[in-house]
Amino acid sequence: MAQLTCKDLSCGYEQKAVVSNVNFSVNAGDYLCIVGENGSGKSTLVKTLLGLVKPIGGSIDTGDGLKRNEIGYLPQQTDVQRDFPASVWEVVISGCLAGSGFRPFYNKQEKDLARQNIEKMGLKGFEKRCYRELSGGQQQRVLLARALCATRKLLLLDEPVSGLDPKVTLEMYELIAKLNREDGVTIIMISHDINAALKYASHVLHVSHDVFFGTREEYLNSEYVKRFTVTGGEV
Amino acid sequence: MNFAKFAEYFQFSFVWYALIVGTLISLCSSLLGVTLVLKRFSFIGDGLSHVAFGAMAVAGIVGLTNETYIVLPVTILCAILLLSTGTNAKIKGDAAVAMISVGALAIGYLLLNLFSTSGNLAGDVCATLFGSTAILTLTQFDMWLSIALSVVVVVVFIVFYNKIFAVTFDESFAKATGTKTNIYNLIIAIVIAVIIVLAMNLVGSLLISALVIFPALSAMRVFKSFKSVTICAACVSVGCSLLGILLSMAIEKGAPVGSMIVAVDIAVFGVFYAIGALKGVVKK
Repeated sequence: MAQLTCKDLSCGYEQKAVVSNVNFSVNAGDYLCIVGENGSGKSTLVKTLLGLVKPIGGSIDTGDGLKRNEIGYLPQQTDVQRDFPASVWEVVISGCLAGSGFRPFYNKQEKDLARQNIEKMGLKGFEKRCYRELSGGQQQRVLLARALCATRKLLLLDEPVSGLDPKVTLEMYELIAKLNREDGVTIIMISHDINAALKYASHVLHVSHDVFFGTREEYLNSEYVKRFTVTGGEV
Repeated sequence: MNFAKFAEYFQFSFVWYALIVGTLISLCSSLLGVTLVLKRFSFIGDGLSHVAFGAMAVAGIVGLTNETYIVLPVTILCAILLLSTGTNAKIKGDAAVAMISVGALAIGYLLLNLFSTSGNLAGDVCATLFGSTAILTLTQFDMWLSIALSVVVVVVFIVFYNKIFAVTFDESFAKATGTKTNIYNLIIAIVIAVIIVLAMNLVGSLLISALVIFPALSAMRVFKSFKSVTICAACVSVGCSLLGILLSMAIEKGAPVGSMIVAVDIAVFGVFYAIGALKGVVKK
């Protein structure tokens, strides 16, 4: 059974649909890339998948043991975070919050989990460093570690490489691919980097005035890829 | 300065009330200062204090002996209106605060002029806005009320510390992973309203913002983690308030307590700014 299934989903704000007729499903271990031009409604779709915005129509169902709040999220950076005084440790462990319920403080398991994820993201020794003083790539890894504290099953990444230089971008992609490959984490990634989408993804969701969903191979043979890439699909 | 006279002040119970209440209020107001500054709600203290001023005007006209009964609920209601909508409000942060602030101030002043029976209207308004000597006229009841509310505020803050951090740092993430952000926004709003009503007794409406933001901004110059910033802000705030109260007592001409506290806060901010700048230079 699929972890996440969307049926005839339309989303937008105040009853005005930005995206409609979205049909797709994601199975455990998939790597889905959501591509589309700027303003095509990718971010709105993500917010709807996360439950931040109510869908206008259609349904989003979770299955395969995935609960609705077990979707880890790597958001785009906000203004607030750029001058927020927080240590790496504080940011990462805040990912454990949802699991702690009404308990006011974190317990040993949660602290261990945070420590493991910091190590996994190659941030050991950075625990006490100030988040806002890290480089862009390091900040993204901190947020990835936080997302991993919230879930081990499904990660939703919103433009994870925006603003990073080419070398760090590649490292970030490899890190995400490794999580997908070795830890079996399902990945849903928003990107307007079509090349990356076609290199790493197993499935592609193309959001435009109409919507395409299929495997990477199906996408490569479709009309959509030609419309989206200037080179006509040569990647 | 006459030291004998200065020491003499401490025989009066109202001086002790002022010191105790002053310390508690600065502690409480600094705790949420960091959150407010980062959420771009620096001016909410100002806005809500004007609401409290409007409510006080109404209370005065209706003839309530203890204004807190009407001021507290009205201020809490406005704080909830402003904060609980979070990032999805139609009228955002600064505009909403400005609307409520100016509106309440105007209505309050209008009502005072239309219905007040007091002969010294300008004096009353000035006292409410600037706090003037209000802190030296505190009663024992005021003190106990402040102590009780402060204890509640501090306990709530400690219990919800991690939640407040998460909601401030990244509301979307917290909500997406199943944290009930609406409830915590509501709790933050209520706590802020309680603090502001408390603080009105100390520094008056116009100077509350200073008490909320200066310690937080000072601490953020020097410290790097949320925890250390919060602790530092609390210490700075308490220290500045105590110093401000003592200084205003020591100056024989009689300096207004509220303005003196803020003056000390500004001085300390300058010092912290310099330390932060120095640290930056040394690192490079």
